[in-house]
Amino acid sequence: MANKTKTQRVLVAMSGGVDSSVAAARLLDAGYDIAGVTMKLWGGPSDTGCCSVSDVDDARWAADELGIEHHVFNFGDDFERHVVAPYVSDHAAGLTPNPCIECNRHIKFDRLLHRADALGFDLVATGHHARIVSTATGLRLGRGIDNAKDQSYVLHMLGPEVLQRLLLPVGETTKQQVRSEAEARGLVTANKPDSQEVCFITTAQGRQEFLSQRIPIRSGRVVNTAGEQVGSVESMELVTIGQRRGLGAVGGGLPRYVLDVDTQSATVTVGSLEELNCQSTPLTRWCWADQPISDEVLVQTSAHGTPAAATVSVDGTQVHWAEPRRRVAPGQAVVAYQGDIVVGGGTAALAAGSYS
Amino acid sequence: MSEIYLDHAASAPLRDSARRAWLEAADRHHANPTGSHLAAREARRALDRAREQVAACLGAQPGEIVFTSGGSEADNMAVRGALGIQRSAHQSSTVAVTTAVEHHAVLDPVTFSGGVTVGVDERGVIDLQALANTLKELQEPSEQTGPHQHQHQDTPDAHSGDSSVAVVSVMAVNNETGSINPLGEVAEVVRQLAPTALLHTDAVQAVNWIDVAAATADFDLVSATGHKVGGPVGSGVLVVRDGFQLDPLIIGGGQERGRRAGTPDVAGAAALAAALSEATEQRSESVRRLRLLRDDLIAGLMVSLGDRVMLSAVPHGYAGGRDHIAAGIANVCIAGIQSEALLFLLDAAGIRASAASSCSSGAQDPSHVLAAMGVPRELASGSLRLSLGYTTTPDDIQQAVKVIVESVQRLDRFDGG
Repeated sequence: MANKTKTQRVLVAMSGGVDSSVAAARLLDAGYDIAGVTMKLWGGPSDTGCCSVSDVDDARWAADELGIEHHVFNFGDDFERHVVAPYVSDHAAGLTPNPCIECNRHIKFDRLLHRADALGFDLVATGHHARIVSTATGLRLGRGIDNAKDQSYVLHMLGPEVLQRLLLPVGETTKQQVRSEAEARGLVTANKPDSQEVCFITTAQGRQEFLSQRIPIRSGRVVNTAGEQVGSVESMELVTIGQRRGLGAVGGGLPRYVLDVDTQSATVTVGSLEELNCQSTPLTRWCWADQPISDEVLVQTSAHGTPAAATVSVDGTQVHWAEPRRRVAPGQAVVAYQGDIVVGGGTAALAAGSYS
Repeated sequence: MSEIYLDHAASAPLRDSARRAWLEAADRHHANPTGSHLAAREARRALDRAREQVAACLGAQPGEIVFTSGGSEADNMAVRGALGIQRSAHQSSTVAVTTAVEHHAVLDPVTFSGGVTVGVDERGVIDLQALANTLKELQEPSEQTGPHQHQHQDTPDAHSGDSSVAVVSVMAVNNETGSINPLGEVAEVVRQLAPTALLHTDAVQAVNWIDVAAATADFDLVSATGHKVGGPVGSGVLVVRDGFQLDPLIIGGGQERGRRAGTPDVAGAAALAAALSEATEQRSESVRRLRLLRDDLIAGLMVSLGDRVMLSAVPHGYAGGRDHIAAGIANVCIAGIQSEALLFLLDAAGIRASAASSCSSGAQDPSHVLAAMGVPRELASGSLRLSLGYTTTPDDIQQAVKVIVESVQRLDRFDGG
């Protein structure tokens, strides 16, 4: 943070939630020259999250309370192109995408940063629970102090060139501290619940209904590893590797898990927990934060999952698990840590047809 | 920092005459104008004076003036009121027809009720042939339409063959581009092909720029509002010609001859009347003055930025000039620029402008008007609406050109922002 000075102008991404409101308040206290912005990303129905008019109002209200300017940028076209369309095509291809990660990669920490540059802002800030850590080899992303709320997994792609233009003011404190602070400051967002689900799909609508408006939904056969049909699924596009429920399989016997999804032949292969385990996971889009690390690292494969010891091939195409572990659904992010520091990240790739 | 206000089409600064009229009426007329005592009668008289003034400006009779809360209410009242009265009278499905570039206060009531929109040309002007075709299709006696209509074939109205269009609504001047519609020709087409349809025009943007009284003489329903001419926000009017009935949006106390319930806003009406009168009196001179400034503004941008600046309502290669655009509106598309970023920089430099009409969140949404005119979405995302008005000075224009050019040049270094 050495080159970040408090005379700088900071654009704070304000979602209307408590974290970003407190982030803005803290920067203001610290003496930065700040303005708030809410991104309008989605024009369709939404429960909450980042897109509804009431969230924009909440953000504007919070900005007013802080006495800062508030703006709204419509990045709807970018969001459609970089987040929604890939989400749909990934599902069609049998992947399990994480749209929040693509939104961070392309919208919050690319499009918004670019806009901030164009408008003369020096830095961008968000209310994410993660830290920017100065190391001997440069800036790195670190886990937020509040491990239960840590968001470094969904921000793993942030490299030094982004981190040097970024402030994450709530990453050093717990969510509880953030809420208490919002309450103490009388911020309207103090008691807003955390956003959870995919922001462009409503709970009432559900994923299947959403996808069916964009792509044909196909039913599929469920087979065991011997190729015998044991059930069926309504929607191939929604089956996730590791999934246990909703496989239309007859009851009784040992639990069965999805081992493989073959969209070509509309076949879902199921098997036992042992069969679900694997020794390695193929990767794509892998990026090391700095030099490749051949030592054992801790690798996390879901937002709040427990990291497991593993090594990542230097070329970033495979992660080798120290102990066998459950197959990772292709499309999910795979993030490597040393201690609390993100040292690399990528995406689980489709395995080269293991059962089909 | 001093403000250069080039967003008159969104809302104009309050005129002194309107402020004085409002304060005077608000101070003097504390009574409810529907009451019977002296104070009420005086308030009633002030309201009626305002009604006379507004009627004179709009070429209407005082009894034809219905005060509303603004343009959106007037537009809703026209479309929904016409649909309501026709649907209950004919017990059949009647529709509303409008253009694809209307303000949402007309467009939404029409489309949400299953109505039809007619396209515009590249200048943003209604396609009269398309209007005629639409009306013909809708008026055709229906042999093979659905069972719903069939069931009413024995009623006299179904036989008359012209009961299916309840209202045709065509705006006088477009709020985004300033494109002026030929209302006289519109009226001819509608009278010929849908003689029983009510004819409405949203003249909210028009009062500053055209002779609304003359242009709307053939229209049954005309919407106008105060805050586009320097009156207060919250005061509007719908002209409902004598003999025409609408289903009221608001019922209750029977005010405004049963057409719009609610205690009349005497001060608002007085201020609206004052602003409208002044704008009408000054119109010819104002149009002349602002047209020159508007053209200076466009010329200034084109000189510095070249042909990447396109006047949205003047298609490439069009030789017909700018007479179809209201004098004080310059809607330009600047290739390679993101409006949102440009507006931010202009705002920071004290220049208030807009792009398409803003949505309720405050974000800039892609313009349905430019889309209907065939402007490619990418180019339309660089649109900028500069709307001049009675406060605009030559210095404003000079400064605006300078800041816009500098801002565009800055954004050029960032892929347009």
